Amino acid sequence: MSNLNPDTNREFDVIGKRIPKLDAAQKAMGRAEYIQDIKLPGMLFGKILYCKYAHASIVKIDTSKARALAGVHAVLTGQDVPKKMKMGFYKDNPPIKKGKVCSFRDEVAAVAAISPEIAKKALDLIEIEYEELPGIFDPEKAMEKDSPLVHEYHKSNVLKLPWKLHYGDVEKAEKESDFVVEEKFTTQWVTHCCLGTSGAIALFDSNDNLTIHTNTQIPSLAQKDFLESLKAMGLENKRVRVIKPIIGGGFGSKLDTYAYEHIAILLAYACRKPVKIMFDRVEEFKATSTRQPTVIYIKQGCDKNGKLTFRDMRMILDNGAYTSWGATTPSVMMMPITSLYRVDNVKYNAKCVYTNNTYSQAMRGYGNPQATFAIESTLDMLAQKAGIDRVEIRRLNRNQPGDVTPQGFKISSCGLSECIDEVEKELTIDGPKEKGIGTGIASLIHVGGGARIYKSDGCGAILKMDDYGKVDIFTGGTDMGQGLDNITAQIVAEELGLFVEDINVVHSDTDVCPWDVGAHASRSTFVAGNAALGAAKKVKETILEYGSKLLDADPKNLVLKDRTIFVLDDPEKSMPIDKLLRKAHFSPQGKMLMADFFYDPDNENMGKEFKGNMSVTYAFGAHGVKVKVDEETGKVKVLDYVAAHDVGRAINPLLLEGQVYGGVVMGLGYALTEEVVTKDGQNMNANFRDYKLFTAKDAIRIKAPVVETYDEYGPFGAKGIGEPGCVPTAPAIANAIYDAVGVRIFDLPITPEKVLAALKEKKSATTKI
Amino acid sequence: MEKIQITLNINDKSCEVMVYENDTLLEVLRDKLDLTGSKESCGEGACGSCTVHMDGKPVRSCLTLAMEAQGVKITTVEGLANGDELSDLQQSFIDHGAVQCGFCTPGMLMSADALLKENPRPDDKTIRKALAGNICRCTGYTKIVEAVAHAGNPKDHCLDCKSAK
Repeated sequence: MSNLNPDTNREFDVIGKRIPKLDAAQKAMGRAEYIQDIKLPGMLFGKILYCKYAHASIVKIDTSKARALAGVHAVLTGQDVPKKMKMGFYKDNPPIKKGKVCSFRDEVAAVAAISPEIAKKALDLIEIEYEELPGIFDPEKAMEKDSPLVHEYHKSNVLKLPWKLHYGDVEKAEKESDFVVEEKFTTQWVTHCCLGTSGAIALFDSNDNLTIHTNTQIPSLAQKDFLESLKAMGLENKRVRVIKPIIGGGFGSKLDTYAYEHIAILLAYACRKPVKIMFDRVEEFKATSTRQPTVIYIKQGCDKNGKLTFRDMRMILDNGAYTSWGATTPSVMMMPITSLYRVDNVKYNAKCVYTNNTYSQAMRGYGNPQATFAIESTLDMLAQKAGIDRVEIRRLNRNQPGDVTPQGFKISSCGLSECIDEVEKELTIDGPKEKGIGTGIASLIHVGGGARIYKSDGCGAILKMDDYGKVDIFTGGTDMGQGLDNITAQIVAEELGLFVEDINVVHSDTDVCPWDVGAHASRSTFVAGNAALGAAKKVKETILEYGSKLLDADPKNLVLKDRTIFVLDDPEKSMPIDKLLRKAHFSPQGKMLMADFFYDPDNENMGKEFKGNMSVTYAFGAHGVKVKVDEETGKVKVLDYVAAHDVGRAINPLLLEGQVYGGVVMGLGYALTEEVVTKDGQNMNANFRDYKLFTAKDAIRIKAPVVETYDEYGPFGAKGIGEPGCVPTAPAIANAIYDAVGVRIFDLPITPEKVLAALKEKKSATTKI
Repeated sequence: MEKIQITLNINDKSCEVMVYENDTLLEVLRDKLDLTGSKESCGEGACGSCTVHMDGKPVRSCLTLAMEAQGVKITTVEGLANGDELSDLQQSFIDHGAVQCGFCTPGMLMSADALLKENPRPDDKTIRKALAGNICRCTGYTKIVEAVAHAGNPKDHCLDCKSAK
């Protein structure tokens, strides 16, 4: 581990320690409570009926037989959904459709019954007559004038979104470039595959206030969505409590609210009973949202020395039939496009296009993996064209601390150069060649200090101490397995001189926890961490005030450590912190210690030109990989993988490694095996046998060197690291395959079939010459 | 369909339960006996989250009928610890950071526990093969494999074995 800032070699008691995840024991004992495990008294079971066509008019729905079935409490169709109840920021998606359906995952009816079996039987009894309409499944064709419209009212399949920027003068820079590479890349649908499937339980109290237990990464924004739904239902000025149980994986999938949650609300209101909707695996594949598939056109140029001169990118994103956060991924794609390496002249234009396919959502990396695939693949091609070493071209153009990128990103700390060093240390990139074996390298930039995509990028924390030296901290942040519980506890324990076991982290209940924009953009350690730190600092100040009186010492000369407050230059003068707390509490005008803090980072919303410092700090990394390509079968085997990241400071290296290992293997799946296969809009591989995830047998041990740059704005210097692991994986692999066998694959995933076809093409081209 | 009374031996306790012939062992464990540690993720034997032991052998409880589980010793994740005293393997999972979201953890533990009973010192390849039927989306498997390799067998070079001491 290299620490670039000599001033930060301060000894910590808790920060930087490999402390196991706080809820690991209850999970390892089978005692953790997921949505799957929650039962409420009188609970009914909801099921959703999906449509049978990609695009069709609903001619008739007959629910009479379903309603007549014993045990059925409610049957809803699109007619029962209030007109204004629509999901997504584009508000184009009612939770149950009426009139027409636009994709196979469209909800057409829902049932609540006393058992899941009866609910399912009731769905089978619903009779629907459809009139099939021509579908459109290729986003480029959907842009053509005579293409069928997915939504007639929208008048065009192209969404009205502003994804366009131009800084510098790309045309001029291109003319002046010595070398230019121009290519087309395509990326596929992949999906989160959270092991815990989606589910929610909704219930109303007698005053029509809603409580919803749901798998979410955004308790506060989900609360807002549900409040809007209640309003649409005529329930104004009601309260919504969102409780997130322990969730079986997030990865971006739970960043929006889904139809099943709003349907659970409608059913619970109709039945006046708690209603639970649980997805099975097939539903999880078919009815949750994917990563956004893209068609990418890219041009990059450099001068004769290898210095990047311009980058010009154009993308078409398959939006699917409805709009969720997937359509906003271009705002994050802009980050690598404008700011990965120094490049002054950049142009980007993205169009999100309605099709009758499934709609996309947020997924780890949020557009960055797609853009970085094209950028880093063409960078290798450019290096080759210019006759420059591929590591050298990356060093030459690397970002550096103090840079302001064309988009206005202020690079505070940057360990990209050191990350490249670490990759070279662990893996010989340009060693002697063995047949079929090759190496590849690719870098990344990502937001590491929040991301002001929403109006607020803030997070609140409330901290209280009891009479026994214990802390309860209520954070707006959400733990979904990544370890925000530990990060919060470690930060508070360090600041207050306590042990981690003294800190109880309460999260994900909107009745008791403050607001937070959500667990996204790798922001939780930075933003929720700073919120916790802010609250701890306030309480610490009060402890020091009391300590100053009780120990008769200058507060500046007091230290909190090992549950004790003592005088720095006279350590004999000390008092256990719990005793101090009791003295504060049980004295005239007694006081119990508590504090709140709302941290909203000093980052900027991007204006119309998409200029602004989106994040307070940026995370960097470089990945190196060695692969073996079997030229007979086209199969690619990963032999060695190094993922070096600039993390500011590792608050908990154990959990940090877990984020990197998990991110990289997710990225390997993206690069090599994973794809939601569709035929005319229909998901053809909605199961774990046909959707190919890496297993323990396929994965390898990843090396994850950590570069600590100590970011001045991060809590104890830390930056975010949730997403970077999966960002440059695909181009690193593609570059390694090219190095191994001389073929470049432009279309993800890089399956054996594609490699074989490329090898065959290369062979026939060589024979012709 | 008529319900039938059967007797199951689960975690060394005998219990009588009314089941349908087509009830899976997983359904009975979770829905009738409130042993919710065993998880359903795919429901078709492809992910390993529901793994339990029958006479020490790992089985997919989502593909096993409750009727078939009569007359054998069933062990679930709840039966791995002795009261609140964790097994070496559970402790090793915790110490090595092998638990993130935790949904695959019960099944992973049951597959790994069966392996270690047969082969207390498995090498990396053997562990990876034994866990190939258990999907994890969070960890990339590295820490799970380490946790299994070092369970009850701490290694001096391992930072997590060291910090656990």
